[in-house]
Amino acid sequence: MSWLTPTMQDLFLEAFWETLIMVGASTAISVALGLPIALLLFVTAPRGLSPNGWVNRPIGLLVNALRSTPFIILMVAIIPFTRLVVGTSIGTTAAIVPLALAATAFLARLFENALREVDPGVVEAARAMGATRLQIVAKVLVPEALPGLIAATTVAVVSLMSFSAMAGAIGGGGLGDLGIRFGYQRFMPEVMATVVVLLIILVQGLQSLGDYLVRKLSHR
Amino acid sequence: MAVMAGLLSQALAVPHSLGHTAATMQNSAPPAIVLEGLRKRYAAGGTLALDDVSISVQPGEIFGIVGRSGAGKSTLIRCVNLLERPDSGQVRVLGDDMLGLDDAGLNRARRGIGMVFQHFNLHSRRTVAENIAFPLEVAGVPAAERRSRVAEILPLVGLEARANAYPAQLSGGQKQRVGIARALASRPRVLLCDEATSALDPETTEEILALIRDLRARLDLTVLLITHEMGVVKAICDRVAVMEAGRVIEHGRVFDVFTRPAQPTTRRFVSEVIGHSVPAETIARLPAPEAGETRYLAHVLFAGPNSTRAVISQASREFGVDYNIVSGRIDEISGEPFGIMAVAAYGAPAKVTASLLWMQELGLTVTPIEEHA
Repeated sequence: MSWLTPTMQDLFLEAFWETLIMVGASTAISVALGLPIALLLFVTAPRGLSPNGWVNRPIGLLVNALRSTPFIILMVAIIPFTRLVVGTSIGTTAAIVPLALAATAFLARLFENALREVDPGVVEAARAMGATRLQIVAKVLVPEALPGLIAATTVAVVSLMSFSAMAGAIGGGGLGDLGIRFGYQRFMPEVMATVVVLLIILVQGLQSLGDYLVRKLSHR
Repeated sequence: MAVMAGLLSQALAVPHSLGHTAATMQNSAPPAIVLEGLRKRYAAGGTLALDDVSISVQPGEIFGIVGRSGAGKSTLIRCVNLLERPDSGQVRVLGDDMLGLDDAGLNRARRGIGMVFQHFNLHSRRTVAENIAFPLEVAGVPAAERRSRVAEILPLVGLEARANAYPAQLSGGQKQRVGIARALASRPRVLLCDEATSALDPETTEEILALIRDLRARLDLTVLLITHEMGVVKAICDRVAVMEAGRVIEHGRVFDVFTRPAQPTTRRFVSEVIGHSVPAETIARLPAPEAGETRYLAHVLFAGPNSTRAVISQASREFGVDYNIVSGRIDEISGEPFGIMAVAAYGAPAKVTASLLWMQELGLTVTPIEEHA
């Protein structure tokens, strides 16, 4: 364990923290933005509660465009936007912007799928009881889809962990970046291995937490 | 023999009045539900799901709509609370012109119409009590009042002990009880049942039907139900409409429709529950008539004041006709008893005709059974 010097320990701690910040913040932002977008897509879909192609198609197109842009390209392509939002284009904070954007598009689709899993009969029953569209969204769609929404978020968090490894390209730091800079570029396979093991443990933990919540919240 | 049969069916042709003016009969109070001239086509150029359908349901009655799947009954019941909008026609529920209402008005009107579904459509993540409270929540009833209303309604459907259970922990019958309790939570005057028992086993079906019948009386409800099971109609409906290919082909009092079905489709439906049909093998096994005699197969339906008279033996004695009773049963529809019997009459042609006409005069219904060679 001669490679694990105090300096290296600090580097690991810092990188771990950076990963947590990047993934945590971009998850929070993408859930907050992705859910309304997913609801809009679901409600305005051709057989939805208020079908509206003029809303549905452009949003769907934007979501698909964001999802099909490779993350490494998206990251540099939106640098002006990033600078506008957080005032800088490098560093951990700067990395959060493209991560959140990519995850929002990803989550919007995953959330939309979760909403589609809601039994249409329950929505019909709510309509028959005189529920307004807003009530249907707030009291039927979201609560009934909640386990699915959480499962989708878990998938997104895990993807964000791997996306965040690319954040090194714009100085975002994080575990993935540490692995590349020390493990690969400085020929320290122990660092690379440790990074990978840490990430595996983190992903396993998050997945288990997600699964536990889904199990606890669904009553099927 | 063929001439004979023709003559008989002519003589025995029963006038089918069937109370076709039923829409306006019985009750002088304004109908609870009026559907008039409803048309609905789902896809341009497709077939009509509803083709000029008119129905009127009196306050306090249980009105059944029966038909095969695809007959349009599901579309029809969805037009009552406008889950489905008809292309043209009139929908009036409790005096409201439903098609003339704006969104807010429609939601208000819908709160006065309960609906029960085939697949229950309960919220999987809400408990029984929370499911029942849902329509109250939607209507903005305060929490305390919601709780007391739920506590009031749970015993009505016998689910006091399961208030905190989730739907997945309940049996089908219990789920439908929750569905019914939920439909009645906001004290509607009208209850729509969309194949409410079709997903249940026969025993549970009976239980749920009894519950609906009981609640109708206790809560003074008007019930419109659709079903593909004639047994449901027989068990609880006062009046029935038979639908086929988007049209109402026959309607009237359940007793009349069951005892004197006019349309072939209706006859098939009715035979499901009161065994109108005689198997061809049974007919083939009947003895052939002797020389100079004829054999005539008929259903004799006993209903009304003469249903308890010893008609067959009297006819046999007075007309010298032998009756071979192929099948027979006594049943009850809407509390009225009736008997149905399949008979093979043997004797001189004129005697057979005379005896059957005599039965007809007594108020029995005689319908020829077609013999397929």
